[in-house]
Amino acid sequence: MPQRLLSVVVLVTALSGVAYADARSDAKAQVEFGIAVAQRGLWKEAIYRWERATQIDPTYAAGFNNLAVAYEHEGMLDKAAEAYERALKLEPNNVLVRQNFELFKEIHDRTTQSQTP
Amino acid sequence: MTGRLNLKLLSGALAIGLAGCASFYEIPIETPIAAKLDVSAFQRVFIAGFISGGTDDVDGNLETVRLLRSQLRMKSSLRVVDADVLPLLDVASGRTEAGPNTPAREANAEAPEIKNEKDLQPYEHIFADADYWKRIGEEYQNPLIVTGTVLFTPHSQSGMVQREREVIDPLGRRRVEPVREYMERKGFILNMKLIFIDGRSGAQMQGGETLREERLYNQNDNTPALSSYFELMDEIVPRFLNTLSTQKVRGSRVLIK
Repeated sequence: MPQRLLSVVVLVTALSGVAYADARSDAKAQVEFGIAVAQRGLWKEAIYRWERATQIDPTYAAGFNNLAVAYEHEGMLDKAAEAYERALKLEPNNVLVRQNFELFKEIHDRTTQSQTP
Repeated sequence: MTGRLNLKLLSGALAIGLAGCASFYEIPIETPIAAKLDVSAFQRVFIAGFISGGTDDVDGNLETVRLLRSQLRMKSSLRVVDADVLPLLDVASGRTEAGPNTPAREANAEAPEIKNEKDLQPYEHIFADADYWKRIGEEYQNPLIVTGTVLFTPHSQSGMVQREREVIDPLGRRRVEPVREYMERKGFILNMKLIFIDGRSGAQMQGGETLREERLYNQNDNTPALSSYFELMDEIVPRFLNTLSTQKVRGSRVLIK
């Protein structure tokens, strides 16, 4: 009986590992396609791809980073901030994401810098 | 500034270190910054004039009107009304009849002394005079009217300043090292209050702004007041334009695989 239970646990663990790897590779395919279209200036399509990627694998920081860049390009600054924060929460030490976020904040702060009399 | 430099160095180092992996791509982007003020109801804009003060070396009213009009002509879809600059200081002090065709003063002779923000206050009531602005609006086919105050004052400051000095070591190698030294510096402060008035009703609109910029120069530089004024306006103009029209900020970001 304990032997059967052990094999079930092993099987479930192995399958979830495969499922995770599948999710990551599907998300990665979406991310790569998004990069290709963004490089051709098709930002709306890129947003669609990266949104899909983050739905498929919500732990994929690159997806959120790229999505933030695309939102920024489209002027959706609040959404961009949210996506950058999500990416940094997933990978706090990722210098590329941090660099993007710092540059974004410079622009975002400028828009809110002026005071109303 | 140092932060930006660090970022550039960091990105350079990363570019070299990670180039082999090709798991990231630098891409140019243009971030649109939406206009702060809804000006869709207007086809024209009239930079009417400013109550100005500070140094006598720069006519803050005329220079500001000229600069903002030329910037709007280039970077906005609104038609810029080309009319005489209003002598608002004279109108507000009751020395001139408040008519739209009143030309600006020729010189600053007999002008009230405005040296600081407190000196501006007695004249600021003009911005709330809806009848006056409505008359101006009727004259120029109900434009968006831009007015406000400009205070361009000399400023000096002394204290410890860090600068970089080039040194040559005994082996003849050059290097740059930071040096802290006491320095007397002179410069200018530009305080600007922008007020937007609906030319149809003469009422002030939401979205006015108070902007402040300052520059200090080495005392030996002898930077002319007018060039310092334009340097400071270089910082202010993009924010002014962004109030009236959507602007795009160019930059680059990194996409990651």
